[in-house]
Amino acid sequence: MSKPVLEVRDLKKIYGEGEATVHALRGVSLTVERGDYVAIMGSSGSGKSTLMNILGALDVPTFGSYHLDGVDVSKLADRQLALARNRLIGFIFQAFNLIPRTSAVANVELPLAYAGVKPKERRRRALAALDVVGLADRAKHEPNQLSGGQQQRVAVARALVTEPALLLADEPTGNLDSHSTADVLSVFDQLSGAGRTIVIITHEPEVAARAKRLIRLVDGQIVEDNRQSPLHLPPVGAFAGRHST
Amino acid sequence: MSFKEVIRFALRGLSANKLRSALTMLGILIGVAAVILLVAVGNGSAKAISDRIEALGTNTITVMSTNRGGSASTALTTEMADAINDPTMAPDVKSVSPVVSSSATITYEGTDHSVNSFVGTTPGWFTASNTPIGTGTGFTADDEAQGRRVVVLGQTVVEELFPGVDPIDKQVTVGGALFTVVGVLKEKSSTGFQDANDTAVAPLSAVRQVLTGYGALNSILVEAKDPNKVDTVESEVSTILDQRLTTTASSKSSTSSTPYRIQNASQLLETQTATADTFTTLLGAVAAISLLVGGIGITNIMLVTVTERTREIGIRKALGAPRRVILNQFLIEATLLSVIGGVLGVAAALIGSSFEIVGVKPVIVPSSIGLALGVSIAIGLFFGGLPASRAARLRPIDALRYE
Repeated sequence: MSKPVLEVRDLKKIYGEGEATVHALRGVSLTVERGDYVAIMGSSGSGKSTLMNILGALDVPTFGSYHLDGVDVSKLADRQLALARNRLIGFIFQAFNLIPRTSAVANVELPLAYAGVKPKERRRRALAALDVVGLADRAKHEPNQLSGGQQQRVAVARALVTEPALLLADEPTGNLDSHSTADVLSVFDQLSGAGRTIVIITHEPEVAARAKRLIRLVDGQIVEDNRQSPLHLPPVGAFAGRHST
Repeated sequence: MSFKEVIRFALRGLSANKLRSALTMLGILIGVAAVILLVAVGNGSAKAISDRIEALGTNTITVMSTNRGGSASTALTTEMADAINDPTMAPDVKSVSPVVSSSATITYEGTDHSVNSFVGTTPGWFTASNTPIGTGTGFTADDEAQGRRVVVLGQTVVEELFPGVDPIDKQVTVGGALFTVVGVLKEKSSTGFQDANDTAVAPLSAVRQVLTGYGALNSILVEAKDPNKVDTVESEVSTILDQRLTTTASSKSSTSSTPYRIQNASQLLETQTATADTFTTLLGAVAAISLLVGGIGITNIMLVTVTERTREIGIRKALGAPRRVILNQFLIEATLLSVIGGVLGVAAALIGSSFEIVGVKPVIVPSSIGLALGVSIAIGLFFGGLPASRAARLRPIDALRYE
């Protein structure tokens, strides 16, 4: 069996000092295999966003080790960390976080530009990624000309354009209506079916239900880790079709 | 990521918000243009003052009698003028021009015009007093010796008496005597309230005969050989005059103080230079303040612009942009804004300086261009680069949470 995409051991994150100390994570250990589709659920304040930021190499843990694709992330310098974020991780934010006043295709191209891909090749791959999320015809639109669901799909395209080992999504449907949610989720199902590794945070049970594995987080600790469908089969929602509604 | 790529990113960053970029550039433009123009206006007015004073003649001194009523013993006489023109006693004197002047009415074919100063003098006066002849000729030493009634008119007189007519060789009546016009003075810029062109110049002997009589001279204009020798000439002249006046007036105890006054044009110039220096200092202060204000404006807009984009920096970092690339992008954006804004500011100042501003023709000081441009670009770079490097050093999550 190949090495896990993601492996964290006894992860702790402590904010503040003295009496104001907050233990956001109290020792989380987690292994995610290649091709898995993991949903992490938890109420607000359970530490799920903190965990996600650490997994995305956007934040550093106070204690514990984090191996991403076999690389110890805590030992990386700024430049290598930037490289890891660029090549290994595709991050999808709740607030989309597209660069304003920049066309969809330029937004999707951005990680490729930082990876040093030539402009022509970049454009081709960005358009291909937009095609995957069904927005090839909106390539020239700027974020404020797109609906929330479309913006999030652009963000998904941006996350997967570098073909990262791991797709991380922090409440990707939190700001979306049900129709847009269905759109985005069907993209995830499709990606999972294509063999991508996905970790998604959510507090919506219907979103979590489509994942292959469900993890519940309470007060910075994993209280439930439940496999919902086999690792090597496509997820349950994959055959529902993208525009089934 | 290649440098060309980073430049393209910077350009895209600038064009993404055209209004903000334009306003930033406008701020820098105004800062730079204001500094250059202010200094140019100040420099222009200082230059205008010094030009006017130089027009009076800077290498001359004027001897005037202090006793207005003038008993014969203290009055200036032509003998004194001759005595000053002494190569051994006063080697640095180039020419001496005795001057009488009075107001007079000039008549030509029934038209009257009264001139404030009808000057009687010798031919050397024209060069000494920096009053060149425009058309025609001046009078000669021979004219003066023979007492020929010839006259050189100022521009104002010509306009009054000879509208549209060539005045040369016409005859005008002054004080009941006919004078032949031989020349017209070149137009002179006025130095004060009096019209410097409302004048007429004739040989000393003729004016004395017709108008003023053979009394005292009004003044003696002494020209030095060199502008630097004016002070030497002044002391030489006063030595000669002291001797003269002592021999003629020693019996009278009332003349304890010198009965004459020497006006030195170079003193005037010194005063002017001192004034100009004060002016320059004042301007420097004004320029420094406007540079400071302009700089604060640039600082402000740069800080706001970059701080506003902290989130964007966070996004870029999350997508895997190395710190160096982000910093370069923002530095290039700041450089482009400051350089384009600064160059436009210089252009605006150059265009603005070709117009008269509150009656002053601005004269650009080249160093002020360099100073204004340099300071603005430095400030733009520093305050554009500083917050960018701060944001680039943040953890992506902190930059993303920045509001």
